[in-house]
Amino acid sequence: MTKQTKTLNLNFGPQHPAAHGVLRLILELDGEVVEKADPHIGLLHRGTEKLIENKTYAQAVPYFDRLDYVAPMNQEHAFALAIEKILKIEVPIRAQFIRVMFCEIGRILSHILNITTQALDVGALTPSLWGFEERETLMTFYERVSGSRLHANYFRAGGVHQDMPRGLDADIFDFTKKFPKIIDDLESLLTENRIFKQRNVDIGVVSKQDALDYSFSGVMLRGSNVPWDLRKSQPYDCYDQMDFKIPVGKNGDCYDRYLCRVEEMRESVKIINQCLQKMPKGPIKSTDGKISPPPKKELKESMEALIHHFKLFTEGYRVEKDEIYTAVEAPKGEFGVYLISDGSSKPYKCKIRAPGFSHLQAMDYLIKGHMLADVPAVLGSLDIVFGEIDR
Amino acid sequence: MESLINLEKKINSELTTKINSSKIKHGQIYLLIDSDDIIDVILFLKTNENTKLRQLIDITAVDFPEREQRFRIVYLLLSHEFNTRVLIEFDISEGEKIPSLTKIFPSANWMEREVFDMYGIDFKDHPDLRRILTDYGFEGYPLRKDFPITGHNEVRYSEESKKVIYEPVKLEQNYRNFDYESPWEGTKYIKNQTKE
Repeated sequence: MTKQTKTLNLNFGPQHPAAHGVLRLILELDGEVVEKADPHIGLLHRGTEKLIENKTYAQAVPYFDRLDYVAPMNQEHAFALAIEKILKIEVPIRAQFIRVMFCEIGRILSHILNITTQALDVGALTPSLWGFEERETLMTFYERVSGSRLHANYFRAGGVHQDMPRGLDADIFDFTKKFPKIIDDLESLLTENRIFKQRNVDIGVVSKQDALDYSFSGVMLRGSNVPWDLRKSQPYDCYDQMDFKIPVGKNGDCYDRYLCRVEEMRESVKIINQCLQKMPKGPIKSTDGKISPPPKKELKESMEALIHHFKLFTEGYRVEKDEIYTAVEAPKGEFGVYLISDGSSKPYKCKIRAPGFSHLQAMDYLIKGHMLADVPAVLGSLDIVFGEIDR
Repeated sequence: MESLINLEKKINSELTTKINSSKIKHGQIYLLIDSDDIIDVILFLKTNENTKLRQLIDITAVDFPEREQRFRIVYLLLSHEFNTRVLIEFDISEGEKIPSLTKIFPSANWMEREVFDMYGIDFKDHPDLRRILTDYGFEGYPLRKDFPITGHNEVRYSEESKKVIYEPVKLEQNYRNFDYESPWEGTKYIKNQTKE
Protein backbone atom coordinates (compact mmCIF):
# COMPACT_ATOMS: atom_id res chain seq x y z
CA MET A 1 0.00 0.00 0.00
CA THR A 2 1.39 3.41 -0.91
CA LYS A 3 0.94 6.30 1.38
CA GLN A 4 -0.98 9.14 -0.21
CA THR A 5 -0.25 12.73 0.70
CA LYS A 6 -2.33 15.74 -0.05
CA THR A 7 -1.55 19.41 0.47
CA LEU A 8 -3.96 21.52 2.43
CA ASN A 9 -5.10 24.92 1.25
CA LEU A 10 -5.52 27.42 4.02
CA ASN A 11 -7.07 30.84 3.77
CA PHE A 12 -5.19 33.27 6.01
CA GLY A 13 -7.08 36.54 6.34
CA PRO A 14 -8.44 38.94 5.15
CA GLN A 15 -9.79 39.36 8.67
CA HIS A 16 -6.91 37.86 10.61
CA PRO A 17 -5.38 40.07 13.31
CA ALA A 18 -1.85 38.98 12.38
CA ALA A 19 -2.40 39.86 8.71
CA HIS A 20 -1.74 43.52 9.62
CA GLY A 21 -4.65 44.73 7.61
CA VAL A 22 -6.69 43.23 4.83
CA LEU A 23 -4.32 40.65 3.44
CA ARG A 24 -5.74 37.46 2.07
CA LEU A 25 -3.02 34.89 1.99
CA ILE A 26 -3.69 31.54 0.40
CA LEU A 27 -1.29 29.02 1.85
CA GLU A 28 -0.57 25.57 0.54
CA LEU A 29 0.43 23.42 3.47
CA ASP A 30 2.09 20.05 3.66
CA GLY A 31 1.41 19.19 7.28
CA GLU A 32 2.63 22.28 9.04
CA VAL A 33 5.14 23.27 6.38
CA VAL A 34 4.20 26.02 3.96
CA GLU A 35 4.79 25.00 0.36
CA LYS A 36 3.37 28.01 -1.39
CA ALA A 37 1.96 31.38 -0.41
CA ASP A 38 -0.18 33.42 -2.74
CA PRO A 39 -1.02 36.85 -1.33
CA HIS A 40 -4.22 38.38 -2.67
CA ILE A 41 -4.06 42.11 -2.25
CA GLY A 42 -6.23 45.00 -3.35
CA LEU A 43 -8.92 44.65 -0.70
CA LEU A 44 -8.15 48.21 0.34
CA HIS A 45 -7.72 49.55 -3.19
CA ARG A 46 -9.16 53.05 -3.40
CA GLY A 47 -7.80 54.20 -6.74
CA THR A 48 -5.57 56.87 -5.19
CA GLU A 49 -3.62 57.38 -8.41
CA LYS A 50 -6.78 57.90 -10.43
CA LEU A 51 -8.16 60.34 -7.86
CA ILE A 52 -4.94 62.34 -7.81
CA GLU A 53 -5.19 62.78 -11.59
CA ASN A 54 -8.51 64.53 -11.00
CA LYS A 55 -7.43 66.84 -8.19
CA THR A 56 -5.18 69.87 -8.06
CA TYR A 57 -1.70 69.47 -6.62
CA ALA A 58 -2.74 70.92 -3.27
CA GLN A 59 -5.82 68.70 -3.09
CA ALA A 60 -3.70 65.62 -3.78
CA VAL A 61 -1.65 65.92 -0.58
CA PRO A 62 -4.22 64.35 1.79
CA TYR A 63 -4.27 61.19 -0.34
CA PHE A 64 -0.65 60.64 0.62
CA ASP A 65 -1.58 60.58 4.31
CA ARG A 66 -3.84 57.67 3.60
CA LEU A 67 -1.17 55.50 2.01
CA ASP A 68 1.10 54.44 4.82
CA TYR A 69 -1.14 55.76 7.55
CA VAL A 70 1.27 55.13 10.39
CA ALA A 71 3.82 57.62 9.04
CA PRO A 72 1.77 60.07 6.97
CA MET A 73 4.17 62.96 6.67
CA ASN A 74 6.93 60.90 5.10
CA GLN A 75 4.70 60.27 2.11
CA GLU A 76 3.66 63.89 1.75
CA HIS A 77 7.35 64.70 1.71
CA ALA A 78 7.96 62.72 -1.48
CA PHE A 79 5.12 64.44 -3.28
CA ALA A 80 6.17 67.91 -2.09
CA LEU A 81 9.75 67.27 -3.19
CA ALA A 82 8.62 66.16 -6.65
CA ILE A 83 6.67 69.38 -7.22
CA GLU A 84 9.46 71.50 -5.78
CA LYS A 85 11.99 69.95 -8.12
CA ILE A 86 9.83 70.62 -11.17
CA LEU A 87 8.98 74.17 -10.15
CA LYS A 88 12.51 74.78 -8.82
CA ILE A 89 11.23 76.29 -5.56
CA GLU A 90 13.61 77.08 -2.74
CA VAL A 91 12.32 75.76 0.56
CA PRO A 92 13.09 78.04 3.53
CA ILE A 93 15.60 76.57 5.98
CA ARG A 94 13.19 76.51 8.89
CA ALA A 95 10.65 74.59 6.83
CA GLN A 96 13.31 72.04 5.89
CA PHE A 97 14.14 71.45 9.54
CA ILE A 98 10.48 71.15 10.51
CA ARG A 99 9.88 68.67 7.71
CA VAL A 100 12.89 66.53 8.55
CA MET A 101 11.96 66.57 12.22
CA PHE A 102 8.41 65.42 11.55
CA CYS A 103 9.62 62.78 9.11
CA GLU A 104 11.75 61.35 11.89
CA ILE A 105 8.81 61.48 14.27
CA GLY A 106 6.93 59.54 11.62
CA ARG A 107 9.74 57.02 11.47
CA ILE A 108 9.57 56.47 15.21
CA LEU A 109 5.76 56.18 15.00
CA SER A 110 6.05 53.52 12.34
CA HIS A 111 8.86 51.58 13.99
CA ILE A 112 7.14 51.51 17.38
CA LEU A 113 4.04 50.14 15.74
CA ASN A 114 5.98 47.55 13.82
CA ILE A 115 8.22 46.34 16.63
CA THR A 116 5.43 46.07 19.15
CA THR A 117 2.90 44.41 16.87
CA GLN A 118 5.52 41.99 15.65
CA ALA A 119 6.15 41.13 19.27
CA LEU A 120 2.42 40.74 19.71
CA ASP A 121 2.30 38.35 16.77
CA VAL A 122 4.88 36.11 18.38
CA GLY A 123 3.27 36.21 21.78
CA ALA A 124 4.42 39.27 23.74
CA LEU A 125 1.67 41.61 24.86
CA THR A 126 3.46 44.13 27.07
CA PRO A 127 5.59 45.90 24.40
CA SER A 128 2.51 47.09 22.56
CA LEU A 129 1.03 48.53 25.74
CA TRP A 130 4.23 50.42 26.48
CA GLY A 131 4.90 51.43 22.91
CA PHE A 132 1.46 52.75 22.14
CA GLU A 133 1.69 55.20 25.00
CA GLU A 134 4.67 56.80 23.27
CA ARG A 135 2.87 56.76 19.93
CA GLU A 136 0.11 58.71 21.60
CA THR A 137 2.61 61.37 22.69
CA LEU A 138 4.02 61.57 19.18
CA MET A 139 0.61 61.82 17.60
CA THR A 140 -0.16 64.68 19.95
CA PHE A 141 2.81 66.48 18.38
CA TYR A 142 1.27 65.78 15.00
CA GLU A 143 -2.01 67.18 16.23
CA ARG A 144 -0.49 70.31 17.67
CA VAL A 145 1.35 71.14 14.49
CA SER A 146 -1.23 70.15 11.88
CA GLY A 147 -4.54 69.79 13.66
CA SER A 148 -4.96 66.07 13.28
CA ARG A 149 -3.36 63.04 14.82
CA LEU A 150 -3.08 60.89 11.72
CA HIS A 151 -4.01 62.49 8.45
CA ALA A 152 -1.86 65.53 8.85
CA ASN A 153 -1.99 67.23 5.43
CA TYR A 154 0.85 69.40 6.68
CA PHE A 155 3.57 69.49 4.02
CA ARG A 156 3.18 71.77 1.05
CA ALA A 157 5.20 72.28 -2.08
CA GLY A 158 7.53 75.00 -0.86
CA GLY A 159 7.40 74.33 2.86
CA VAL A 160 4.82 73.44 5.46
CA HIS A 161 1.30 74.66 6.13
CA GLN A 162 1.94 76.64 9.30
CA ASP A 163 4.61 77.29 11.87
CA MET A 164 4.93 75.19 15.00
CA PRO A 165 2.84 76.46 17.91
CA ARG A 166 4.65 78.02 20.84
CA GLY A 167 6.01 75.49 23.32
CA LEU A 168 5.96 72.54 20.96
CA ASP A 169 9.73 72.53 20.48
CA ALA A 170 10.27 72.34 24.22
CA ASP A 171 7.86 69.43 24.52
CA ILE A 172 9.49 67.54 21.65
CA PHE A 173 12.84 68.19 23.31
CA ASP A 174 11.47 66.68 26.53
CA PHE A 175 10.37 63.67 24.57
CA THR A 176 13.81 63.13 23.06
CA LYS A 177 15.22 63.18 26.59
CA LYS A 178 12.83 60.51 27.82
CA PHE A 179 12.43 58.31 24.79
CA PRO A 180 15.84 56.51 24.76
CA LYS A 181 14.91 55.10 28.16
CA ILE A 182 11.66 53.75 26.67
CA ILE A 183 13.61 52.08 23.88
CA ASP A 184 15.85 50.48 26.53
CA ASP A 185 12.75 49.23 28.33
CA LEU A 186 11.32 47.78 25.13
CA GLU A 187 14.64 46.15 24.39
CA SER A 188 14.82 44.66 27.87
CA LEU A 189 11.53 42.94 27.08
CA LEU A 190 12.48 41.64 23.65
CA THR A 191 16.08 41.67 22.55
CA GLU A 192 17.32 38.89 24.80
CA ASN A 193 13.93 37.31 25.29
CA ARG A 194 14.18 33.57 24.69
CA ILE A 195 10.79 33.16 23.04
CA PHE A 196 11.20 36.26 20.90
CA LYS A 197 14.57 35.00 19.68
CA GLN A 198 13.30 31.50 19.03
CA ARG A 199 10.53 32.91 16.91
CA ASN A 200 12.67 35.36 14.94
CA VAL A 201 16.30 34.27 14.65
CA ASP A 202 16.98 32.54 11.31
CA ILE A 203 13.39 33.02 10.19
CA GLY A 204 12.74 34.63 6.81
CA VAL A 205 16.39 34.92 5.85
CA VAL A 206 17.06 37.13 2.82
CA SER A 207 20.43 36.98 1.09
CA LYS A 208 22.05 40.15 -0.20
CA GLN A 209 21.50 39.20 -3.84
CA ASP A 210 17.86 38.29 -3.34
CA ALA A 211 17.21 41.51 -1.46
CA LEU A 212 18.41 43.39 -4.54
CA ASP A 213 16.56 41.20 -7.04
CA TYR A 214 13.29 41.47 -5.16
CA SER A 215 13.51 45.29 -5.14
CA PHE A 216 13.74 45.46 -1.37
CA SER A 217 14.45 48.79 0.23
CA GLY A 218 14.70 50.30 3.66
CA VAL A 219 15.13 47.99 6.62
CA MET A 220 14.47 44.91 4.49
CA LEU A 221 17.59 45.76 2.48
CA ARG A 222 19.71 46.96 5.38
CA GLY A 223 18.83 43.90 7.43
CA SER A 224 20.59 41.89 4.72
CA ASN A 225 23.78 43.89 5.11
CA VAL A 226 23.33 46.35 2.27
CA PRO A 227 24.25 49.78 3.61
CA TRP A 228 21.82 51.85 1.56
CA ASP A 229 19.77 54.71 2.86
CA LEU A 230 18.42 57.51 0.69
CA ARG A 231 18.84 59.98 3.53
CA LYS A 232 22.60 59.47 3.18
CA SER A 233 23.06 58.59 -0.46
CA GLN A 234 20.63 61.02 -2.05
CA PRO A 235 20.01 63.51 0.75
CA TYR A 236 16.96 65.70 0.45
CA ASP A 237 16.03 68.80 2.43
CA CYS A 238 18.54 69.23 5.26
CA TYR A 239 19.49 65.60 5.82
CA ASP A 240 23.03 66.37 4.63
CA GLN A 241 23.50 68.60 7.70
CA MET A 242 22.44 65.86 10.09
CA ASP A 243 24.81 63.56 11.89
CA PHE A 244 23.40 60.05 12.11
CA LYS A 245 24.38 56.46 11.46
CA ILE A 246 22.80 53.79 9.31
CA PRO A 247 22.40 50.51 11.19
CA VAL A 248 22.78 47.38 9.07
CA GLY A 249 22.04 43.76 9.89
CA LYS A 250 24.27 40.77 9.26
CA ASN A 251 22.09 37.74 8.70
CA GLY A 252 19.04 39.18 6.98
CA ASP A 253 16.58 37.38 9.26
CA CYS A 254 13.57 38.73 11.14
CA TYR A 255 15.63 39.29 14.27
CA ASP A 256 18.21 41.45 12.50
CA ARG A 257 15.49 43.53 10.97
CA TYR A 258 14.03 44.04 14.43
CA LEU A 259 17.44 45.16 15.73
CA CYS A 260 17.82 47.56 12.77
CA ARG A 261 14.51 49.17 13.57
CA VAL A 262 15.41 49.63 17.21
CA GLU A 263 18.69 51.27 16.28
CA GLU A 264 16.98 53.45 13.69
CA MET A 265 14.69 54.79 16.39
CA ARG A 266 17.73 55.84 18.41
CA GLU A 267 19.20 57.56 15.36
CA SER A 268 15.88 59.29 14.71
CA VAL A 269 15.91 60.69 18.22
CA LYS A 270 19.37 62.10 17.50
CA ILE A 271 18.14 63.72 14.28
CA ILE A 272 15.15 65.26 16.04
CA ASN A 273 17.48 66.65 18.67
CA GLN A 274 19.78 68.17 16.07
CA CYS A 275 16.81 69.69 14.24
CA LEU A 276 15.62 71.35 17.44
CA GLN A 277 19.07 72.74 18.13
CA LYS A 278 19.82 73.99 14.63
CA MET A 279 16.38 75.22 13.64
CA PRO A 280 16.56 78.94 12.82
CA LYS A 281 13.71 81.41 12.90
CA GLY A 282 12.20 82.50 9.64
CA PRO A 283 9.54 81.80 7.05
CA ILE A 284 8.06 78.31 6.92
CA LYS A 285 6.92 78.28 3.33
CA SER A 286 7.96 79.67 0.01
CA THR A 287 7.25 83.40 -0.21
CA ASP A 288 6.25 83.07 -3.85
CA GLY A 289 2.61 84.13 -3.91
CA LYS A 290 1.99 82.03 -7.02
CA ILE A 291 2.73 78.83 -5.08
CA SER A 292 1.92 79.28 -1.41
CA PRO A 293 -1.14 81.09 -0.10
CA PRO A 294 -0.71 84.43 1.68
CA PRO A 295 -1.22 84.83 5.44
CA LYS A 296 -4.78 85.51 6.48
CA LYS A 297 -3.92 88.99 7.74
CA GLU A 298 -2.80 90.15 4.29
CA LEU A 299 -6.08 89.09 2.72
CA LYS A 300 -7.84 92.02 4.40
CA GLU A 301 -5.35 94.59 3.20
CA SER A 302 -3.79 93.51 -0.05
CA MET A 303 -5.66 93.06 -3.31
CA GLU A 304 -2.76 91.06 -4.69
CA ALA A 305 -2.91 88.64 -1.78
CA LEU A 306 -6.65 88.25 -2.21
CA ILE A 307 -6.26 87.37 -5.89
CA HIS A 308 -3.50 84.89 -5.11
CA HIS A 309 -5.58 83.30 -2.41
CA PHE A 310 -8.57 82.97 -4.71
CA LYS A 311 -6.59 81.53 -7.59
CA LEU A 312 -4.70 79.07 -5.38
CA PHE A 313 -7.85 77.67 -3.83
CA THR A 314 -9.88 77.45 -7.02
CA GLU A 315 -7.63 76.68 -9.95
CA GLY A 316 -4.52 75.82 -7.94
CA TYR A 317 -0.99 76.49 -9.08
CA ARG A 318 0.11 75.22 -12.44
CA VAL A 319 3.09 72.96 -12.89
CA GLU A 320 5.02 73.12 -16.11
CA LYS A 321 5.30 70.11 -18.41
CA ASP A 322 7.78 67.69 -16.94
CA GLU A 323 8.43 64.16 -15.83
CA ILE A 324 10.20 63.23 -12.63
CA TYR A 325 10.79 60.42 -10.18
CA THR A 326 11.48 61.43 -6.60
CA ALA A 327 12.06 59.09 -3.71
CA VAL A 328 12.37 59.48 0.01
CA GLU A 329 13.47 57.05 2.69
CA ALA A 330 10.14 56.33 4.35
CA PRO A 331 10.17 54.14 7.47
CA LYS A 332 9.33 51.12 5.37
CA GLY A 333 11.75 51.74 2.55
CA GLU A 334 11.99 53.72 -0.64
CA PHE A 335 8.75 55.58 -1.18
CA GLY A 336 8.71 57.20 -4.60
CA VAL A 337 6.48 59.41 -6.66
CA TYR A 338 6.67 59.30 -10.44
CA LEU A 339 4.96 62.46 -11.55
CA ILE A 340 4.05 63.63 -15.03
CA SER A 341 2.79 67.18 -15.22
CA ASP A 342 1.28 68.71 -18.34
CA GLY A 343 1.25 72.42 -17.56
CA SER A 344 -2.19 72.41 -15.98
CA SER A 345 -3.01 72.53 -12.29
CA LYS A 346 -3.62 68.79 -12.04
CA PRO A 347 -1.07 66.00 -12.37
CA TYR A 348 -1.35 64.07 -15.63
CA LYS A 349 -0.05 60.93 -14.01
CA CYS A 350 1.11 60.17 -10.50
CA LYS A 351 2.49 56.71 -9.92
CA ILE A 352 3.15 55.88 -6.32
CA ARG A 353 5.97 53.48 -5.60
CA ALA A 354 5.21 51.85 -2.29
CA PRO A 355 7.98 49.88 -0.58
CA GLY A 356 5.57 47.38 0.95
CA PHE A 357 4.39 46.26 -2.49
CA SER A 358 7.75 44.70 -3.38
CA HIS A 359 8.23 43.37 0.12
CA LEU A 360 4.93 41.54 0.21
CA GLN A 361 5.59 40.18 -3.26
CA ALA A 362 8.53 38.24 -1.85
CA MET A 363 6.25 36.51 0.67
CA ASP A 364 6.19 33.30 -1.33
CA TYR A 365 9.98 33.24 -1.55
CA LEU A 366 10.41 34.09 2.14
CA ILE A 367 7.98 31.63 3.64
CA LYS A 368 8.57 28.58 1.47
CA GLY A 369 9.66 25.71 3.71
CA HIS A 370 8.83 27.53 6.94
CA MET A 371 6.23 26.43 9.44
CA LEU A 372 2.74 27.90 9.52
CA ALA A 373 3.55 29.61 12.82
CA ASP A 374 6.35 31.54 11.10
CA VAL A 375 3.92 33.24 8.75
CA PRO A 376 2.94 35.97 11.26
CA ALA A 377 6.57 36.45 12.29
CA VAL A 378 7.68 37.01 8.69
CA LEU A 379 4.67 39.15 7.87
CA GLY A 380 5.39 41.24 10.95
CA SER A 381 9.00 41.83 10.01
CA LEU A 382 8.07 42.81 6.44
CA ASP A 383 6.38 45.83 8.00
CA ILE A 384 3.45 45.95 5.65
CA VAL A 385 0.65 48.48 5.80
CA PHE A 386 -2.16 47.97 3.38
CA GLY A 387 -2.82 51.62 2.77
CA GLU A 388 0.32 51.86 0.69
CA ILE A 389 0.29 48.42 -0.88
CA ASP A 390 -3.26 48.63 -2.21
CA ARG A 391 -3.21 52.39 -2.84
CA MET B 1 26.68 65.45 -12.54
CA GLU B 2 29.89 64.80 -14.46
CA SER B 3 29.71 61.10 -13.74
CA LEU B 4 26.15 61.11 -15.06
CA ILE B 5 27.27 62.65 -18.35
CA ASN B 6 30.02 60.04 -18.62
CA LEU B 7 27.55 57.29 -17.84
CA GLU B 8 25.15 58.58 -20.45
CA LYS B 9 27.98 58.61 -23.02
CA LYS B 10 28.99 55.08 -22.11
CA ILE B 11 25.46 53.75 -22.39
CA ASN B 12 25.02 55.50 -25.70
CA SER B 13 28.26 54.17 -27.15
CA GLU B 14 27.63 50.61 -26.01
CA LEU B 15 24.01 50.48 -27.07
CA THR B 16 24.18 52.81 -30.06
CA THR B 17 21.55 51.16 -32.20
CA LYS B 18 19.14 50.50 -29.36
CA ILE B 19 18.88 53.96 -27.82
CA ASN B 20 16.62 56.34 -29.73
CA SER B 21 17.34 59.30 -27.53
CA SER B 22 18.73 60.08 -24.12
CA LYS B 23 18.77 63.06 -21.81
CA ILE B 24 19.79 64.02 -18.31
CA LYS B 25 17.29 65.84 -16.14
CA HIS B 26 16.74 66.18 -12.40
CA GLY B 27 19.89 64.11 -11.85
CA GLN B 28 18.45 61.11 -13.66
CA ILE B 29 19.08 59.60 -17.09
CA TYR B 30 16.08 59.16 -19.38
CA LEU B 31 16.44 56.65 -22.22
CA LEU B 32 13.95 56.26 -25.03
CA ILE B 33 14.13 52.86 -26.75
CA ASP B 34 12.08 50.49 -28.91
CA SER B 35 9.83 47.96 -27.25
CA ASP B 36 11.66 44.99 -28.82
CA ASP B 37 14.99 45.96 -27.27
CA ILE B 38 13.83 46.16 -23.67
CA ILE B 39 15.25 42.80 -22.59
CA ASP B 40 18.66 43.49 -24.15
CA VAL B 41 18.87 46.98 -22.72
CA ILE B 42 17.84 45.95 -19.21
CA LEU B 43 20.17 42.96 -19.22
CA PHE B 44 23.04 45.15 -20.34
CA LEU B 45 22.34 47.82 -17.74
CA LYS B 46 22.01 45.25 -14.98
CA THR B 47 25.17 43.28 -15.71
CA ASN B 48 27.57 45.84 -17.15
CA GLU B 49 30.43 46.84 -14.85
CA ASN B 50 29.99 50.52 -15.61
CA THR B 51 26.28 50.73 -14.98
CA LYS B 52 25.40 48.07 -12.37
CA LEU B 53 21.72 49.04 -12.31
CA ARG B 54 20.85 46.09 -10.14
CA GLN B 55 17.55 47.20 -8.71
CA LEU B 56 14.28 47.51 -10.53
CA ILE B 57 12.38 50.17 -8.64
CA ASP B 58 9.12 50.15 -10.55
CA ILE B 59 7.35 49.57 -13.81
CA THR B 60 4.48 51.75 -14.84
CA ALA B 61 2.57 52.95 -17.87
CA VAL B 62 1.13 56.28 -18.96
CA ASP B 63 -1.93 56.64 -21.13
CA PHE B 64 -2.00 59.22 -23.92
CA PRO B 65 -5.30 58.45 -25.69
CA GLU B 66 -4.74 61.04 -28.42
CA ARG B 67 -1.46 59.51 -29.59
CA GLU B 68 -1.26 56.80 -32.20
CA GLN B 69 0.98 54.76 -29.91
CA ARG B 70 -1.24 55.13 -26.94
CA PHE B 71 0.79 53.82 -24.01
CA ARG B 72 4.19 54.77 -22.73
CA ILE B 73 5.86 52.14 -20.57
CA VAL B 74 8.36 53.33 -17.99
CA TYR B 75 10.98 51.29 -16.15
CA LEU B 76 12.78 52.81 -13.19
CA LEU B 77 16.20 51.40 -12.36
CA LEU B 78 18.59 52.17 -9.53
CA SER B 79 22.28 51.47 -9.03
CA HIS B 80 23.53 51.36 -5.45
CA GLU B 81 27.18 51.29 -6.47
CA PHE B 82 27.06 54.42 -8.60
CA ASN B 83 24.09 56.03 -6.90
CA THR B 84 22.32 56.66 -10.20
CA ARG B 85 18.77 56.36 -11.40
CA VAL B 86 17.82 55.56 -14.98
CA LEU B 87 14.37 55.74 -16.54
CA ILE B 88 13.79 53.61 -19.61
CA GLU B 89 10.77 54.40 -21.73
CA PHE B 90 9.10 53.21 -24.89
CA ASP B 91 5.78 53.66 -26.62
CA ILE B 92 3.37 50.94 -27.70
CA SER B 93 -0.02 50.84 -29.33
CA GLU B 94 -3.11 49.33 -27.79
CA GLY B 95 -3.13 45.54 -28.01
CA GLU B 96 0.61 45.26 -28.49
CA LYS B 97 2.40 42.72 -26.29
CA ILE B 98 5.64 43.51 -24.53
CA PRO B 99 8.28 41.14 -23.16
CA SER B 100 8.16 40.33 -19.46
CA LEU B 101 11.14 41.03 -17.21
CA THR B 102 10.32 38.33 -14.68
CA LYS B 103 13.34 36.23 -15.74
CA ILE B 104 15.73 39.10 -15.02
CA PHE B 105 14.07 40.63 -11.97
CA PRO B 106 11.68 38.43 -9.97
CA SER B 107 10.16 41.61 -8.54
CA ALA B 108 8.86 42.52 -12.00
CA ASN B 109 6.12 39.93 -11.49
CA TRP B 110 3.70 42.04 -9.45
CA MET B 111 4.71 45.28 -11.13
CA GLU B 112 3.73 43.86 -14.52
CA ARG B 113 0.55 42.45 -13.05
CA GLU B 114 -0.29 45.92 -11.84
CA VAL B 115 0.33 47.45 -15.27
CA PHE B 116 -1.85 44.73 -16.78
CA ASP B 117 -4.55 45.36 -14.21
CA MET B 118 -4.57 49.12 -14.55
CA TYR B 119 -3.97 49.55 -18.28
CA GLY B 120 -4.73 46.21 -19.92
CA ILE B 121 -1.25 45.82 -21.35
CA ASP B 122 -0.25 42.24 -22.06
CA PHE B 123 3.15 40.79 -21.19
CA LYS B 124 4.72 37.94 -23.13
CA ASP B 125 6.01 34.98 -21.07
CA HIS B 126 4.68 36.28 -17.78
CA PRO B 127 4.21 33.27 -15.48
CA ASP B 128 1.06 34.45 -13.75
CA LEU B 129 -0.64 37.42 -15.39
CA ARG B 130 -3.71 37.93 -13.20
CA ARG B 131 -5.39 41.06 -11.96
CA ILE B 132 -3.87 42.23 -8.72
CA LEU B 133 -5.39 45.34 -7.16
CA THR B 134 -8.94 45.40 -8.47
CA ASP B 135 -11.85 43.30 -7.26
CA TYR B 136 -12.40 39.67 -8.24
CA GLY B 137 -14.30 39.71 -11.53
CA PHE B 138 -13.56 43.37 -12.22
CA GLU B 139 -13.96 44.60 -15.78
CA GLY B 140 -12.22 47.49 -17.48
CA TYR B 141 -8.85 49.16 -16.95
CA PRO B 142 -9.16 51.89 -14.32
CA LEU B 143 -6.11 54.03 -15.00
CA ARG B 144 -6.89 54.50 -18.67
CA LYS B 145 -7.96 58.08 -19.29
CA ASP B 146 -11.30 56.99 -20.75
CA PHE B 147 -12.30 55.09 -17.59
CA PRO B 148 -14.72 57.21 -15.54
CA ILE B 149 -13.49 58.23 -12.09
CA THR B 150 -16.71 57.00 -10.50
CA GLY B 151 -16.32 53.54 -12.02
CA HIS B 152 -19.13 51.39 -13.39
CA ASN B 153 -20.30 49.26 -10.46
CA GLU B 154 -20.95 49.88 -6.83
CA VAL B 155 -21.23 47.38 -4.02
CA ARG B 156 -23.67 47.23 -1.15
CA TYR B 157 -25.12 44.76 1.29
CA SER B 158 -28.66 43.88 0.31
CA GLU B 159 -31.02 43.19 3.19
CA GLU B 160 -33.44 41.30 0.89
CA SER B 161 -31.00 38.84 -0.61
CA LYS B 162 -28.83 38.77 2.53
CA LYS B 163 -25.60 39.18 0.63
CA VAL B 164 -23.32 41.74 -0.96
CA ILE B 165 -24.57 42.74 -4.40
CA TYR B 166 -23.14 44.67 -7.33
CA GLU B 167 -25.17 47.40 -9.02
CA PRO B 168 -24.48 50.01 -11.69
CA VAL B 169 -23.32 53.28 -10.14
CA LYS B 170 -26.17 55.66 -9.34
CA LEU B 171 -25.18 59.18 -8.39
CA GLU B 172 -27.47 61.91 -7.09
CA GLN B 173 -25.16 64.38 -8.71
CA ASN B 174 -22.59 63.77 -11.42
CA TYR B 175 -18.92 64.29 -10.77
CA ARG B 176 -18.35 67.96 -11.45
CA ASN B 177 -15.20 69.09 -13.14
CA PHE B 178 -15.04 72.82 -12.62
CA ASP B 179 -13.37 74.98 -15.20
CA TYR B 180 -11.13 77.31 -13.27
CA GLU B 181 -9.11 78.65 -16.16
CA SER B 182 -8.12 82.27 -15.91
CA PRO B 183 -10.91 84.56 -17.17
CA TRP B 184 -8.25 86.73 -18.81
CA GLU B 185 -7.26 83.90 -21.06
CA GLY B 186 -10.89 83.07 -21.76
CA THR B 187 -12.72 80.04 -20.37
CA LYS B 188 -13.37 77.13 -22.65
CA TYR B 189 -16.93 78.06 -23.57
CA ILE B 190 -15.93 81.61 -24.45
CA LYS B 191 -13.05 80.30 -26.56
CA ASN B 192 -15.45 78.01 -28.39
CA GLN B 193 -17.93 80.86 -28.97
CA THR B 194 -15.32 83.18 -30.38
CA LYS B 195 -14.03 80.44 -32.68
CA GLU B 196 -17.45 80.02 -34.22
